[in-house]
Amino acid sequence: MDRILVGLKRAVDYNVRVRVKSDGSGVETDGVKMSINPFDEIALEEALRIKERGAASEVVVISIGPTDAQQQLRTGLAMGADRAILVESATAISPLDRARVFLELVEREQPGLVILGKQAIDDDNNQVGQMLAALWDRPQATFASKLTLDGETATVVREVDAGLETIEVDLPAVVTTDLRLNEPRYVKLPDIMKAKKKPLELIPLAELGIEPGPTLTETFFEPPAARKKGSMVKDVAELVSALKSKGLV
Amino acid sequence: MAKVLVIAEHDGKNLNPSTAKCVSCAAAINGAEISVAVFATEPAALAAAAANLKSVTKVVAVADAANEYTLAATLAPQVVAIGRDYDYLFGPSTTFGKDLMPRIAALLGVNQISDIMSVESERSFKRPIYAGNAIVSVTAPEGIPVVATVRTASWAAVDDGNDAAIEQVVNSAALPDHTRFIELQSGKSDRPDLQTASRVVSGGRALGSSESFDIIYALADKLGAGVGASRAAVDAGYVPNDMQVGQTGKIIAPDLYIAVGISGAIQHLTGIKDAGTIVAINKDEEAPIFEVADIGLVADLFTAVPELTKAL
Repeated sequence: MDRILVGLKRAVDYNVRVRVKSDGSGVETDGVKMSINPFDEIALEEALRIKERGAASEVVVISIGPTDAQQQLRTGLAMGADRAILVESATAISPLDRARVFLELVEREQPGLVILGKQAIDDDNNQVGQMLAALWDRPQATFASKLTLDGETATVVREVDAGLETIEVDLPAVVTTDLRLNEPRYVKLPDIMKAKKKPLELIPLAELGIEPGPTLTETFFEPPAARKKGSMVKDVAELVSALKSKGLV
Repeated sequence: MAKVLVIAEHDGKNLNPSTAKCVSCAAAINGAEISVAVFATEPAALAAAAANLKSVTKVVAVADAANEYTLAATLAPQVVAIGRDYDYLFGPSTTFGKDLMPRIAALLGVNQISDIMSVESERSFKRPIYAGNAIVSVTAPEGIPVVATVRTASWAAVDDGNDAAIEQVVNSAALPDHTRFIELQSGKSDRPDLQTASRVVSGGRALGSSESFDIIYALADKLGAGVGASRAAVDAGYVPNDMQVGQTGKIIAPDLYIAVGISGAIQHLTGIKDAGTIVAINKDEEAPIFEVADIGLVADLFTAVPELTKAL
């Protein structure tokens, strides 16, 4: 295929312990380390491996977000992507609007495959890939742990609650990644230098002709309810009677 | 009146317990009139099971040969075909619902509320973000349907004991053939499924080897429990990854959770926050797991666990 599109979302780094602001207005993100959403890194790694096997000629990374998301796109370019597109939006946009943006870029770029992370670790929505597939009227293979391309089709092993499900989809299609799909490569310093020369196109959201639609309003943020510390027992016999008194055994 | 359509999850033979949990969430909406949609090749028995769930007013049974397997691309147009008159469309936040519901939402041109933990009002809900480290209240815009997944760990299943009307509907939507089911490899274990088991025993790195996990299996079998593991035990190669409980594995809410030799890293605790009773057995009395455990026992797991198995 000619081209694979990969989504890279700028998200709070997975090592950051997230804190809710005391006034409930949001989550503290000032001065917090930002990275590529880990599932998106896996998506890019998969696309690069496909290209390295000779099954695709170009990998394009796309981000939708603030100007600063260029950092994550540069990291993607350093990993090996050929070029990058940032659809700039200073304010957060909804999953459906993100899917509409991807659809617009799909129509411009005509990819054989779109690989996205199954979810972003900030809003945990798990929606954009499925929505893009619906709007595009193409197959979706979500939660992929193995992806095999074979001409006009792809065979995808999906991590589902009941085990591992294998489906076959016609291309083009949308694949979303699960953790076990691969282990993303580390970026090497010379590649970071090289990445600075790769093309990064900036497109203001308005230029795509997409008006943000009605969306959910986030009214209040709070930390999760804490569990209370329980009691200690001194031996197995006490444990058994504690379980019995709670009617658990 | 609020018309709610719950999309039933099943394996062709039995309703998944997630369906009764979605009904429970739907019933928390004021004035809810709840329908359950069953898509199958032969939905009769499944529809009867759904009609037996309390709070359900109507079951819509859609028989179609295309419904032998639950593929989102095939199901979504069928849901939209029968779902246009509903104010709410709910599915479980299992891999089935997570795959399907956003596809439905996009076809209807609306955003989705993922993982409803609680219903605050007709259009306001709470949901977890940042792997459950924050809870956000969201309000859905007026005048458009609310499409949502229901966080199953937050809801108790409704009881059986109802006799709702069953309506047979013929699918009118054109279905794509671009997505084909090949096979499902399910974990070969005879033990209860980790995600839905009412009791779970998990082992951590302190087990030290895959062989040592035998004492975990023995305890689990005595209790009729599912078996899980911490990420550390998975990373150490003691057990396969589909047993992982936590932020990067399965998020579960059994009535009884027994954590053996698990220190209690944040990522693990995220996965068990909604468990009914947490029991921790650990040699290290400073282990963070004791901060959240309802019952704690400081002991050597290699003696305590076999002793517990014997005493039950």
